[in-house]
Amino acid sequence: MTQPTQGVRRSYGVKLAPYGFLLPAAVLFALFFALPIGYAIWLSFHKIEVKGLGLGKGARSEVWAGLENHTAALTDSELGAGALRILGYGAIVVPVMLGLALLFALLLDTERARARSFSRLAIFLPYAVPGVIAALMWGFLYLPDVSPFSYLLDTLGLPQPDLMDGGPLYLAMANIAVWGGTGFNMIVIYTSLRSLPAEVYEAAKLDGCSELQIALRIKIPMVAPSLVLTFFFSIIATLQVFNEPMTLRPLTNGIPTTWSPLMKVYNDAFTGGNIHAASATAVVLAAATFLLSFGLLRASNRRTKQGATR
Amino acid sequence: MSGLASPPQVRKAAPAAGATPGTSLGPPPASGGGTPSPRRAALLPTAALVLGALYCLLPIAWVLVASTKSGADLFSTFTFLPGDGFGDNLADLAAYRDGLYWRWMANSVFYAGLGAVLSTSVSALAGYALAVYRFRGRETFFNLILSGVLMPPVILAIPQYLLMAEADLTDTYLSVLLPLILSPYGVYLGRIYAEAAIPMELVEAGRMDGAGEWRIFLRIAVPMMSPGLVTIFLFQFVAIWNNFLLPFIMLGNDEKFPMTVGLFTLLKQGAGQPALYTLVITGALLAIVPLIALFLVIQRFWSLDLLSGAVKS
Repeated sequence: MTQPTQGVRRSYGVKLAPYGFLLPAAVLFALFFALPIGYAIWLSFHKIEVKGLGLGKGARSEVWAGLENHTAALTDSELGAGALRILGYGAIVVPVMLGLALLFALLLDTERARARSFSRLAIFLPYAVPGVIAALMWGFLYLPDVSPFSYLLDTLGLPQPDLMDGGPLYLAMANIAVWGGTGFNMIVIYTSLRSLPAEVYEAAKLDGCSELQIALRIKIPMVAPSLVLTFFFSIIATLQVFNEPMTLRPLTNGIPTTWSPLMKVYNDAFTGGNIHAASATAVVLAAATFLLSFGLLRASNRRTKQGATR
Repeated sequence: MSGLASPPQVRKAAPAAGATPGTSLGPPPASGGGTPSPRRAALLPTAALVLGALYCLLPIAWVLVASTKSGADLFSTFTFLPGDGFGDNLADLAAYRDGLYWRWMANSVFYAGLGAVLSTSVSALAGYALAVYRFRGRETFFNLILSGVLMPPVILAIPQYLLMAEADLTDTYLSVLLPLILSPYGVYLGRIYAEAAIPMELVEAGRMDGAGEWRIFLRIAVPMMSPGLVTIFLFQFVAIWNNFLLPFIMLGNDEKFPMTVGLFTLLKQGAGQPALYTLVITGALLAIVPLIALFLVIQRFWSLDLLSGAVKS
């Protein structure tokens, strides 16, 4: 479709134009993506060697470390614990958030449901609230002295769990992510529901399908690609969680500085001052993210090909 | 808002994404499955939706109420019982370190506003080039930029910080602004939108009339892409306004903080002096008001189809 019509001479301008249009993106990519990534990889393979007492010029030098930093990162128990926490957290966030997003999207697509535009707006609204502020608001709602939940439990004479420590912390943290992310995913799924051909439903209705059957048998399978996409983004977001636990930290003693892997990287680099170890951890995490992403993409591609209806 | 964006709210008889550009001009098709028999409202779905909406509004309602309470009331009265201290809280917030809070607000507007404008421009240029031209390295370039989505921000932030330090740029406005201009997602949306909105015939017609490539881009492509560019702008604005990690790492001087980092430091101090909590809460309320306002205004300009196009390919 983009072949030039015959008779139009392709001038130099036409040939060079795309490169000109791409120049700003290319320069920014080189400076702020490629260069930093290369530098991080370089750092991860080096370490500081201290000669003598480490005083004076030349006493500290950067030397090749091979895979030393990477193995240290992989065997680090704090990082392992962080990864496990993220696993537990993600195991709550991803299914609950996407389940709710799908449910609300299907409900929005139900003609007989009322209050649809109000609900759509309200559920999407948290998307506009910065993660730090979301964590801050929920953090206060979790504080026993402020919380309506504690008030409620207290009035009923029930014990109040400490929402920001131990097991309940996972729920508290997951709730913030679910609150913040459901609306966005709902919109993605809803949009793809709206673009489905209407004839299919008509046919199903004529065949006597109920709304529920239509939703389960027709709608959900047909929005599978957008479910895969939202799943994919949710996993990546889970691996990168940083802002919310950082924000909750001042309100509790239950969150260590290395709660999530990214917090550990931050801590190593800027509190511990060990940029080489931090870079190695970051590289290991990035590699894990890539492996996981490609694995997921391949798996979903295979499934889409099997059900090749498009 | 031209009619070029295929009408978002109408269920179409044919899949939208592959529709030939140009055919979506004209009046929206009669709504196929739209309310043939309203019957009675379904109680259960409505209740579920309203519950979801209330859950999402709960913290916002809380912050509205809490910002009216004095520091003492905050911890002693029932959560959703309003106080009468909103004016005092506002005055305290404005007085805090000679209006530092307003400075954070202005900084956020600056970072997010300028950053989103630049980001949208870069995305529009790159997206247009990727959609309209056939040239060597096109897919490689696109995939390279897309892989940036997977990059954890922290693997970028540490070396970005060190490189900025090398260039003597840490703790400057530029150190927060520059790294956020290129957005892989923005380029992706730019390409999808250019592909859907710009008929090649128009570009060719422009060339026949002797217009240069740049002129064609500015006069033909940009107006046709504008509904999509609004979406990219909004995405970028929200992303930069919400950003925490990069400014948190880059900046030392709190005069340059955006809202998120400013409120975080305030909360951290508040752990020692709970008197600051009312400031944090009032500050949080004021920080989300502009975003919600922007969101409500632009929401109606959103072409939902853009998102579905993104999902389909």
